[in-house]
Amino acid sequence: MTTAEKYVTAAYCVVFAAVLVYVLIMALKLQRLERDVDELERKETAEDDERETVSVG
Amino acid sequence: MSSPSSPAAATIPDVGRTRRIPLPALAVSSLVLVSTALAFVFFVAPNDANQGFSQRIFYFHVSLAFTAYALFIAGAWQAFRYLWKRDPEADLKSYVCVHQGLIFGTLVLLTGSIWAKISWGVWWTWSEDELVLFLVLYLFYCAYFMLRFSVDSGPQRANLSAVYALFGVVLIPVSFAAIRLAKEFLHPRVFTLHGPNFGGWILVTYCIAQAALLVLGYTLYRLELSSKLLDVRVRRLREALA
Repeated sequence: MTTAEKYVTAAYCVVFAAVLVYVLIMALKLQRLERDVDELERKETAEDDERETVSVG
Repeated sequence: MSSPSSPAAATIPDVGRTRRIPLPALAVSSLVLVSTALAFVFFVAPNDANQGFSQRIFYFHVSLAFTAYALFIAGAWQAFRYLWKRDPEADLKSYVCVHQGLIFGTLVLLTGSIWAKISWGVWWTWSEDELVLFLVLYLFYCAYFMLRFSVDSGPQRANLSAVYALFGVVLIPVSFAAIRLAKEFLHPRVFTLHGPNFGGWILVTYCIAQAALLVLGYTLYRLELSSKLLDVRVRRLREALA
């Protein structure tokens, strides 16, 4: 591999790595959001159950 | 607890109102286009007569630069929309555009630096107006984030950010065109007033790479915007359930 080939490969690897890191960060953020949504859903279900118990009682 | 009609909720944009190309379709298009562009760069485009193999950095380096410019212009357009219509979603879109533009700008500087090392033997040179002006543009947009996050969330922050993003767009033609008036330069001029300085497979490869990076930029913009809007929605739900 010549020096030019090494540098060109490095340049394209930098672009690839940056996009990969960005997508990974976004994936982690979406995972966190998914957890938050689950938590909110649980909270909402618990509140609904509470309301039903009050109205029946 | 804040209701959707409260002033706080009124500043929060709604989610899922965008009826555009679905994100998975965009992601697949990006992947196909970037792969095609890479195949053309390494297997179809001929070696440059002057620079040889190292010229292949050009395809992504220049395309990244134009994508960064496009994102900064889109950011300014959304900033203008915010100032015109006072739409909070436009402020968020402007922010995401500038953020994406900065990511692409970082890649322009990195790939350019690598290319400079092969061609000129140095990672950076201060004597080149094109490089310095791009760095000025880049640092200007870095300061956008310092400004934005130094002010509390709300209309004041949105106003300041919008005005700043609009000012920034003025630097783009300066960075792109003004240095073409310079007589002595090291940095190659591939686009002149008479069109591109290349043709044949080099032009075809460049066009594919440019299309690929524009689609990639748009995909990443949409991805980040979706996550930001989802974040806002979750926050709003949490407030409503509190």
